[in-house]
Amino acid sequence: MWRDALLIARRDLTIELRSKVGIWQILPFGLLALFLFAFALGPSTDLLKASAPGLFWLAVLFSSILAAQRSLNIEGSVATREANRLLGLDPAGVFLGKAAAMAVELLVLEVVLLLGIVLLFHVAVASWLYVAAALLLPAIGLSAAGVLYGSLAGGATTRSTLLPILVLPVEAPVLIAASKSLSRGLGVATAGAERWLVLLAIFSVVYAVLGIALYGPLEES
Amino acid sequence: MGPAIRLRSAVALQGRFPVLSGVDLDLDQGQVVVILGANGAGKTSLLRFLAGLVPVTAGMAEVLGVDLATTPREVRRRVGLLGHDAGLHEELTPVENLTFALRAARLDPTRAVPALDRVGLAGRPATTVLGRLSAGQRRRVGLALLVARRPQLWLLDEPHASLDEATRAMVGELVEEAASGGAAVVASSHEPDLAVPMADLVVTMAGGAVIGTEQGGRGGGRHVA
Repeated sequence: MWRDALLIARRDLTIELRSKVGIWQILPFGLLALFLFAFALGPSTDLLKASAPGLFWLAVLFSSILAAQRSLNIEGSVATREANRLLGLDPAGVFLGKAAAMAVELLVLEVVLLLGIVLLFHVAVASWLYVAAALLLPAIGLSAAGVLYGSLAGGATTRSTLLPILVLPVEAPVLIAASKSLSRGLGVATAGAERWLVLLAIFSVVYAVLGIALYGPLEES
Repeated sequence: MGPAIRLRSAVALQGRFPVLSGVDLDLDQGQVVVILGANGAGKTSLLRFLAGLVPVTAGMAEVLGVDLATTPREVRRRVGLLGHDAGLHEELTPVENLTFALRAARLDPTRAVPALDRVGLAGRPATTVLGRLSAGQRRRVGLALLVARRPQLWLLDEPHASLDEATRAMVGELVEEAASGGAAVVASSHEPDLAVPMADLVVTMAGGAVIGTEQGGRGGGRHVA
């Protein structure tokens, strides 16, 4: 399983680096969303600071849908999915590899968007430990859920519009928990961040386990 | 040579639609069967069925000694399926595509370059991303994957389509090499002039069933009706 996961993660990252969709489309989309949020809120520094964590995660969440669709497109054609099955790849390994590659992409996106909110929303990092945890755990959870629901929507002809409808309600707890955790890391709020980090960890583990168990049957069906 | 394929009244459904409606077929290792038939006759479905990608609904289906109804995954790693879309990645080069596939199949990745060489894709085309290659060159990459994997059962869906004269001749050579090496080959075709001479057995399908069989140019096939 781990060997296949590494193989798939390397392949997906190579394809992403070569296609440059992440750099020229997903990243600018996330930054554009941040700019629009900042313009919509106006020049009030207090309002911008208080809103920064939530708007940061909204931008990441919307961008993660694009990243999940890209990940799905790599396995997009029926022939490609069947080719994987004929190679004897472990479906759990394929899931983990795709989720790992997407998590790496999301982490890069999060770091760039973090710079964006520092510049646009007048916030500063108060605790690097909280910020790191608040970026890493949601990246894992969003990737696991994105790849799993991507597989669920993969067979549908309307998958590009179906995926956001499937995945956004499920990821709502991540939006809340990640915003609260990042608030602590940015010094915007101080209380209760640990509980939210635990929730993020549970979400990530649950979706990783679900993906390992269900990705194979979903691909078979 | 032992039996490679044994089908008895094999039925397969896609949704509620019967894509195979009671197919009988026997093929030994080292033999080549060509399947003819109009569009929608069930040729591609039969190839996907033999690859373990379409579940057995009724009847008996044994491929390479494995019961397709109970353990289709055991068959998959031992067959090679070349369809109209080879399932390769446009952003990777032929060498990268083959290396990935060989590693995934737990085979020696150094087989990639000689296999591409065998299908006439040595040098620059081998290191150009697939998206920039012509349809015929991509088809040859798919063939190279079969050459590199050396499956025990080759399943070719219209292998002569989109190819120039020289590559069409090469397909015949590759099929002959595979069969001589002990692999069984099943190829669908709309071009009997090219396909029949390389076959031991020619099967005609209609409506998801076998409606006729005859000896091919290679000779030696048999069919159980």
